[in-house]
Amino acid sequence: MLNTFWNIFVIVLTLASIAGCWWLLQWTKGISNREGEETGTTGHVWDEDLVELNNPLPRWWLYLFHLTIVFSLVYFVLYPSLGNLGGTLGWTQEGQYAEEMAAAGEAQQDIFSRFAGATPQALVADAEAMGIGRRLFGNNCAMCHGSDGAGGPGFPDLTDKDWLYGGDHQSIVTTLENGRNGMMPALGDALGEQGVREVTAFVMSLSANGQDEALVNAGSQKYGMFCAACHGPDAGGNQALGAPRLSDDIWLYGGSEEIIAQTLVQGRAGLMPAFSESLSAEQIRILAAYVQSLSQP
Amino acid sequence: MSMSHKKLEKNINLMAVFIVIVVSIGGLVEILPLIFQDQVRTPAEGIEPYPPLELAGRDVYVREGCYNCHSQMIRPFRSETVRYGPYSVAGESVYDRPHQWGSKRTGPDLARVGGRYSDDWHRIHLLNPRDVVPASNMPGYPWLEGAAIDAAEIRTRMRALRALGDPYTDDQIESAETAVEGKSEMDALIAYLQGLGKARSGR
Repeated sequence: MLNTFWNIFVIVLTLASIAGCWWLLQWTKGISNREGEETGTTGHVWDEDLVELNNPLPRWWLYLFHLTIVFSLVYFVLYPSLGNLGGTLGWTQEGQYAEEMAAAGEAQQDIFSRFAGATPQALVADAEAMGIGRRLFGNNCAMCHGSDGAGGPGFPDLTDKDWLYGGDHQSIVTTLENGRNGMMPALGDALGEQGVREVTAFVMSLSANGQDEALVNAGSQKYGMFCAACHGPDAGGNQALGAPRLSDDIWLYGGSEEIIAQTLVQGRAGLMPAFSESLSAEQIRILAAYVQSLSQP
Repeated sequence: MSMSHKKLEKNINLMAVFIVIVVSIGGLVEILPLIFQDQVRTPAEGIEPYPPLELAGRDVYVREGCYNCHSQMIRPFRSETVRYGPYSVAGESVYDRPHQWGSKRTGPDLARVGGRYSDDWHRIHLLNPRDVVPASNMPGYPWLEGAAIDAAEIRTRMRALRALGDPYTDDQIESAETAVEGKSEMDALIAYLQGLGKARSGR
């Protein structure tokens, strides 16, 4: 809200400029005939007989000009435009936004009420629900997980059967609502160079052959000390912590010797943002069903 | 035509004065009062002066011309708030000198990008956007990774902002160097992006 001085300042200046337009119009529209001349010229003469006519403004054009003044005065009354005066229609930007949101909310209510009691399986089978899910996925998830959901280095593949935090409906809903914070500590200092080599060899041996046996054996011991608490003694992972299973050939950041060593040295901090603020509960249920459908044949 | 108008038409200096008066009325009504209006000058809830690293990142943002393609101004329309988050209010930009509202969206609005992606995502995306968004036409900014933040300069910048009215404390300015020590411009830019709009986005 403007204080009294600026309020008056705005009102006076606005009305004065409109009045000024009207005055200018009155002042100039009558300009036509100079005294004693019937034709109406400006009095300028070139090349003996070339004169500049000075006809009045065309009437239709003049009326349009007057119309703009009337329009502005009507607008001043109806809409907020003079300082703090609100306008008789009561229009506000916030009000218009609230109306727009309420109307869209009602329209969405009609659509989403259809899916209110539906089970996840029913949602997956429903073409309309999956259409909504695909669009939600494209707008909110595809930037990281890819438009096909296949992910990339650091961003989980959603089309396979391997789940960091669980692939049942409720787990996916929880992931979407609250987000997830993956936390692999940096072990470079604790393990040392040789230790990193050993643990890398052991981790690789879990899903592939051909590792140096001495390295694997030494790594196995260190794995028990540093890694087993989260990834499990059998390297099966832990969905409560989001610790990946290491005994399969599915890799979040990459399964090469170089990348595994990098993961050990630097640690990893995966982050799935929370969506409970930006998506409604119904949208999250449908989106979760769509994500489930990605890994179903 | 009256004589006074003739005088005006033939005296270019007088004419210039009147032209300035006429064209400045719009600005006098629409801009000048805002400069003295509390609603525009008071920080919105949760809005603080930028911490050193984010401040450095903001300078990178301005230098690289991010505002040429990215706005930071969410208008109060459903089509915008559904995609980007709650609409922008004036009190959010009080510590932005100059503000980064922008006027062109070749890329998406960034007013509430903070917390929307992980730091890792931003790093990959800034190095080569097509690694995460295949159809993106945004250029990569790989040189930011190798460019160090000038730790000594950040204090000078904070002092300059304090002279303009940003309420930095002596402690904040003294400890600024340690906060940006060893950080790259990439780190700073990501810190800046991750802080954008969080006060009102709920993230």
